[in-house]
Amino acid sequence: MNFHAVKAIYKFELHRTWRTIMQSIASPVISTSLYFVVFGSAIGSRMVEIDGVSYAAFIIPGLVMLALLTESIANASFGIYFPKYNGTIYELLSAPISMREIVLGYVGAATTKSVIVGSIILLTANLFVDYHVAHPFWMVTFLVVTAATFSMFGFIIGIWADGFEKLQVVPMLIVTPLTFLGGSFYSIGMLPPLWQTITLANPVVYLISAFRWSFYGVADVNVGVSVAMILVFLGLCLLGIYWIFRTGYRLKN
Amino acid sequence: MSPIISVQHLNKIYDSGFQALNDVSLDIRRGEIFALLGPNGAGKTTMISIICGIVNPSSGVITAGGHDIIRDFRAARSKIGLVPQELCTDGFESVISTVNFSRGLFGRAPNKAYIEQILRQLSLWEKRDSRIMELSGGMKRRVMIAKALSHEPEILFLDEPTAGVDVELRRDMWEMVRGLRERGVTIILTTHYIEEAEEMADRIGVISRGKLILVEEKDVLMEKLGQKQLRLQLQKPLLDLPTELKAYPLSLTQDGLELIYHFDTQGDQTGIADLFRRLDEHGIDYKDIHSKQRSLEEIFVSLVTERASAEAAE
Repeated sequence: MNFHAVKAIYKFELHRTWRTIMQSIASPVISTSLYFVVFGSAIGSRMVEIDGVSYAAFIIPGLVMLALLTESIANASFGIYFPKYNGTIYELLSAPISMREIVLGYVGAATTKSVIVGSIILLTANLFVDYHVAHPFWMVTFLVVTAATFSMFGFIIGIWADGFEKLQVVPMLIVTPLTFLGGSFYSIGMLPPLWQTITLANPVVYLISAFRWSFYGVADVNVGVSVAMILVFLGLCLLGIYWIFRTGYRLKN
Repeated sequence: MSPIISVQHLNKIYDSGFQALNDVSLDIRRGEIFALLGPNGAGKTTMISIICGIVNPSSGVITAGGHDIIRDFRAARSKIGLVPQELCTDGFESVISTVNFSRGLFGRAPNKAYIEQILRQLSLWEKRDSRIMELSGGMKRRVMIAKALSHEPEILFLDEPTAGVDVELRRDMWEMVRGLRERGVTIILTTHYIEEAEEMADRIGVISRGKLILVEEKDVLMEKLGQKQLRLQLQKPLLDLPTELKAYPLSLTQDGLELIYHFDTQGDQTGIADLFRRLDEHGIDYKDIHSKQRSLEEIFVSLVTERASAEAAE
């Protein structure tokens, strides 16, 4: 294992975060705080409790998950795409470092940044809403595993993208709609039966449901099923990255 | 002594079907400066990219420092530094952080003293905290070299190192390259500036259309292929060459004021003494004489042209 290289990539990526702190940290925190003000305090005060949880508190796990998915994908995809764009990828490819170590550096840094953003959002939420965490260990586990999984997904997008437009397509046109429709702002039990069934095809439902369970002990979907779905998505991302290593797709040809 | 780089039967066919390299075999000796010449698209950068691990070969075996570049890629790559043709830098980073990053990437522990030494040698120390985007093109090129040297490589690839740089910087780079060679670094450079290869290289390889068509010691190459010309400026213009002199490899300039005699320095007899006697017999007087060696550029152009003609004939 080339620890110096993994450390160099990790430090380089985190340094980029501090260099662009407004974009990397302040922006998601401000936008999520606005959700709390609008949906939590203003509208939420007129809404009934869901599963015994106030509406303002109910939306916290969904909002954290929304920021986590968006940030994980954005950080990891941009991290690997930018060297491709400016040509410095030559250095990564010619260094005595395996693709596994490259992923560890980039995905590790993107995961760290996303967990930091998620944690800041949770702390910010505390300013607006009273909430509690019923299962702290599982809350942290879901936070880290989801961040790592979607950072890997972002890494794959960054390798696949050959322009800034493609870099934005998946997060904006697929991930964000799936997150909004995945129960961030409502319980899927509130939907008509047909839509409840259709919604179960949305993988984000399982992420949000499991994460919400770690807070309030209530879930739309059985937690075991959610964990299995998270592991399936993690496995798919690992397979995708393994295939990229094997073929050198969009890197070495 | 075993070669520091060994390339055996290297082929590269891109997904598009284009064959960039065709059965290339080459040994690079430890401590030499090797210049790889070839026209655009000849396969120079592809070959360098494969040796450095940036592009996958289609077939062939390559070792660097005795290590297979695929099976033992860590040991092989740690010996190699690369300065690519394009100025590829992260413009938002400072000079020192990007050089430190490169050292870490190549698995070396931080070494402030060594990095300072490199930056001072390349006149970058005063600019160490500047963002790369604020530097001139020449300074950016120096940053690329500093990055390539940051992990103390034994082999340095310079792909068109002086393309687009001013004369002063080019001279500085030549000095730096000689200094590196004195420290035992093996240098492989590609260049479009033939005088650069003529000035610096110990050996020269010529690649054309993916095939290595010649590898030779520079001095031997110049001697073997460097035909000489003897030019005689005449006292009076000649309308035509006397019939008796037409058997000689002689030509007359259009104005009739200059005779050009081609001869081979490798031959036992150059024929110059005989030529002078014949000119004297015909009463052809001359007021000045000078000789000129065929340049490496002329040799290179003729090699590539001959190759292209031979392939077209096939």
